[in-house]
Amino acid sequence: MTTESNIVEMTLESDLNRVEVVEEVARRVSATAGFDEDDQHKIEMAVHESVINAIWHGNKNDPSKQVWLRFQIFDDRLEIRVRDQGSGFDPGGVANPLKEENLLNVSGRGIFLIRTFMDEYQVKKLEGQGTEVTLVKRLNSNNSGQ
Amino acid sequence: MKEGWTVSMKSTLRQVDSVTVVDLSGRITLGEGCTQLRELIREQLGKGTKFVLLNLADVTYIDSSGIGELVSAFTTVSNQGGQLKLLNLTKKVHDLLQITKLYTVFDVHDDEAKAITSFEKAAGA
Repeated sequence: MTTESNIVEMTLESDLNRVEVVEEVARRVSATAGFDEDDQHKIEMAVHESVINAIWHGNKNDPSKQVWLRFQIFDDRLEIRVRDQGSGFDPGGVANPLKEENLLNVSGRGIFLIRTFMDEYQVKKLEGQGTEVTLVKRLNSNNSGQ
Repeated sequence: MKEGWTVSMKSTLRQVDSVTVVDLSGRITLGEGCTQLRELIREQLGKGTKFVLLNLADVTYIDSSGIGELVSAFTTVSNQGGQLKLLNLTKKVHDLLQITKLYTVFDVHDDEAKAITSFEKAAGA
């Protein structure tokens, strides 16, 4: 893990056991950025879901592939990038979990929660291999997540 | 259990009248927590259990997969002619069920005695 005054970078193996470490980092960086406890939890959950997606759907749980994260604190926001080494996934292909007919679906809520908890969520297919998602949470945002 | 995995969720079972109360603690997340919950429900249905009350008071973390596992448990028990209800949601779990519109799907209680009674009423006891 490398840190500058306002940047934290880390690389982890595709291992679900590593996710708790990332959650802790997300919480600390969010607190440093000035978010309250409620927002810290939302950011932590959004990062958790993004890393799970990177490990599970991106890297297909392949331990030889890694997940890279970068947290950057700006004056007005926290920006988080999560990059995997997989063949990509289509966030638009997930059914709306709030529709009556999808309420009892077992899966399909991860990206919905990320979008609910963060102000911006972008997915970019990288040249070669991999996907990078960018999460942005603004300080003093009106996004209550509910 | 997969080598190197920590035990993320613990469960303790109690029988109260006709209801199996499952006290869950820890993390219900993709991987071990979800797998444990799935196996626990399957095992209980195999034993003929019809009424399951999941006590989530000590659940510290639940993610989208954990929510999915609760939905799966609910439908699995219902499809077997039983009932699964939730007890003592933490604020975080409560908020997640609200956001995902599942709060009204589940029968949620904050009083164990009343929750137990609700099963008996439903069973026509």
